Amino acid sequence: MSDISMDLPERAGGACLAGGADIADFVALLKPRVMSLVVFTGFAGLFLAPGALHPVLALVAMLCIAAGAGASGAINMWYERDIDALMRRTRGRPLPAGRMAPGEALGFGGVLAVGSVVMMGVAVNYVAAVLLALTIAFYVFVYTIWLKRRTPQNIVIGGVAGALPPMIGWAAVTGSVAVESLVLFAIIFMWTPPHFWALSLFNSGDYAKVGVPMLPVVAGARETKKQILLYTGLLLPVTLAPWWLGMAGALYGVAAGLLGLAFLGLAVRVWFDETSQGPRRMFGFSIVHLFLLFVLLIADKALGGAA
Amino acid sequence: MAGRPGLTEQHRRQRAKNLALLAVLATMAVLFYLVTIVRMGGQ
Repeated sequence: MSDISMDLPERAGGACLAGGADIADFVALLKPRVMSLVVFTGFAGLFLAPGALHPVLALVAMLCIAAGAGASGAINMWYERDIDALMRRTRGRPLPAGRMAPGEALGFGGVLAVGSVVMMGVAVNYVAAVLLALTIAFYVFVYTIWLKRRTPQNIVIGGVAGALPPMIGWAAVTGSVAVESLVLFAIIFMWTPPHFWALSLFNSGDYAKVGVPMLPVVAGARETKKQILLYTGLLLPVTLAPWWLGMAGALYGVAAGLLGLAFLGLAVRVWFDETSQGPRRMFGFSIVHLFLLFVLLIADKALGGAA
Repeated sequence: MAGRPGLTEQHRRQRAKNLALLAVLATMAVLFYLVTIVRMGGQ
């Protein structure tokens, strides 16, 4: 635990009744909303990769990615139960609410993590399994335990974990890492900072209260907006890389360009906006942006790359 | 079941979890069977 967490109260987790959690609490531990985006980008990697994978093995690969993401979420909730209890957004989670014992959550996450990696290795291939293990380990050890409470660069470096799923999907089919899968990784990696900093601009009160050094807390809103502009500007050419590399056609290139310009426009608006409206709009658009980029890539390949 | 006499809320919750675990294990068994068939068939 970090220095910050030592000052925080121990949570009521130990006081909950054995067997008090119900199925919905275990589902909540998996962070289903985060998992859905991870599964989608993982599927995109699997779909865009050259070659074919038997549908049963593709299903297993997707289940393993989903289970790995859920495991990361469960272990993250176990570790962060002290600060979750103090933040409005997270105090209703199973651990801070006292509906589940901490050990139960850790055991659940641990079994899912090990099970998903072993299953991926045995049923699909070892490269995909190693990438899945790396994703879980990075999210738990590097982001959650090491960086999150220590540096405002937490989400930049921690973004590696969120960006790896398309590479896992790609590796499930090809058994390797390729430039194309690294491009998919780079898109999510560059998208993550403006996405989270937009969120933290209108949510910094909670983070400040629990001592998590998010950029607006330690460097202020102006510096955060400058960084958002910088990363949004860098994201635009990265999203065009699939077109330049011949992974996708002109329709993708034009649509990605327009989406990137719209995202940049929202970042400029955030720069001039002193209210929370701009950051809220940018945060909402960022989710649609990433989703549409991957939908376009999938559609492009489904249409035979003719678009 | 909720209507069964003498069954507390905790029992009901535990029973639901047991059934969910059974469903997961049954699904895993089917999945392992299918994966074995696919791998043995050389894909």
